[in-house]
Amino acid sequence: MKQFDYVRPATVKEAIAAAAQPGAAYLAAGTNLLDLMKGNVSRPDRLVDVTHLDGLDRIDRLGDGSLRIGTLVSNADLAHDVEFAKAYPAVAEALLSGASAQLRNAATVGGNLLQRTRCAYFYDTASRCNKREPGSGCDARDGENRTHAVLGWSESCIATHPSDFCVPLVAFDAIVEVEGRSGRREIPFDELHRLPGNTPERETVLEPGDLIVAVRLPAAARGFAAHARYLKVRERTSYAFAIVSAAAALRIENGKIADARLALGGVAAKPWRARPAEEVLKGVSPTADAFQEAAWRALTDAKPSGNNAYKIELARRIVVRALTLAAAGTPARIPALPASPFASSGAIHA
Amino acid sequence: MNHSISLTVNGARRDFVLDDPRVTLLDLLRERLHLTGTKKGCDRGQCGACTIHVDGKRINSCLALAISHDGADILTIEGIARGDQLHPVQAAFIAHDGFQCGFCTPGQIMSAIGMMQEAQAGSDPERIRECMSGNLCRCGAYAGIVDAVLEAQAGADESNQRRSA
Repeated sequence: MKQFDYVRPATVKEAIAAAAQPGAAYLAAGTNLLDLMKGNVSRPDRLVDVTHLDGLDRIDRLGDGSLRIGTLVSNADLAHDVEFAKAYPAVAEALLSGASAQLRNAATVGGNLLQRTRCAYFYDTASRCNKREPGSGCDARDGENRTHAVLGWSESCIATHPSDFCVPLVAFDAIVEVEGRSGRREIPFDELHRLPGNTPERETVLEPGDLIVAVRLPAAARGFAAHARYLKVRERTSYAFAIVSAAAALRIENGKIADARLALGGVAAKPWRARPAEEVLKGVSPTADAFQEAAWRALTDAKPSGNNAYKIELARRIVVRALTLAAAGTPARIPALPASPFASSGAIHA
Repeated sequence: MNHSISLTVNGARRDFVLDDPRVTLLDLLRERLHLTGTKKGCDRGQCGACTIHVDGKRINSCLALAISHDGADILTIEGIARGDQLHPVQAAFIAHDGFQCGFCTPGQIMSAIGMMQEAQAGSDPERIRECMSGNLCRCGAYAGIVDAVLEAQAGADESNQRRSA
């Protein structure tokens, strides 16, 4: 690990000033960053430790009914917050399907959003990677790429965003609150992460010094609580990243779908909101045919980036299954194996 | 640049001067305090052998910078027995052969104690397996580990009932 200067700012303002310098990086729990630094993938000159800042670890219900989640709230504390889990069960299920209990106890909200891809060529400093070293090439294109992107990828980069948490957040129109050199601003969740294009090293719209201070879930997303699920296919049932995942949520009135939300994980460099699929679901009955149609719409633009055409069909089936589970109703308790298609509790058969 | 930090480790306050900010909690415990019960397995947060409790919560000590945890309350495997009296989870691991080589065992035990405090798994073996998935055992003693946790959980439930009766 490269040597670095350690800075512990007393205020958000000091943190922003310290982190705006070239070579600086924010440190929260460090569960991803330290791993990257140990592998010399990330080589910051300065770590700006935000974990001692006051007021960033709260969960507050605001006057408009939205829920404001401080950036330092741990993944575990959020998932187990009773009001949060009741109002946004698919987000809680996604959180609990990610990483391990130890990592969830440490990892923070802001860190989860800004975690890096787990593409093996990004991690291997002997490989060419346009994300790690712009202009060097991409060894994933002709390498082991069966888990790589099928949507929104470019010739420069076919990596995926690894987060589970981000998938329902984009589905529910979460807002990212950011403090930066020019003050506070709000970023719609779908605009936080960028597609790779020719600049895969630029993963978000954040500028140097920008600090995510909170994520807000709008009150409207509570309307889906009765029919909301997260479903995730992975190489093993626990403690593995998604090959394909889906957050599906329905608002059902008088037997018809009044509103629908759908987003996919593991398929692109960002959590993938499937708006065309949502559109075909609105106003129709929650039937297998409707879900099939939505699945086709969600993957219309998909194309393999390598040896991964199977992910497109897998994603369609996960969409159908997630919508079917959502229509059946949110279980009273998150299943023993969160987000697993093999879960032994809750309705699982499409 | 030197950094001074203080930690409470197994109930005792300890002060340190760090001449390098790269030191993890794992390395601090092992190299500076010679508390070698906490194991370095993968050193990358994948195996769980380094599991300790920080402010009452189980985490991977290999992915935690010591300097960032100034003021924290640390509990390691060395701090859970009362003298010669084993912690009930330790005793249950022995009773159920919850190990073979023993390398992952301190992490397994610290993780199991943390899991019981989190109170999410109860006595459902499926939930216990899920909640313990961050601890790998290359000897494959998982069946014994789950049995040990089930027994420890049952014992804790019983003593809670006695207390509330």
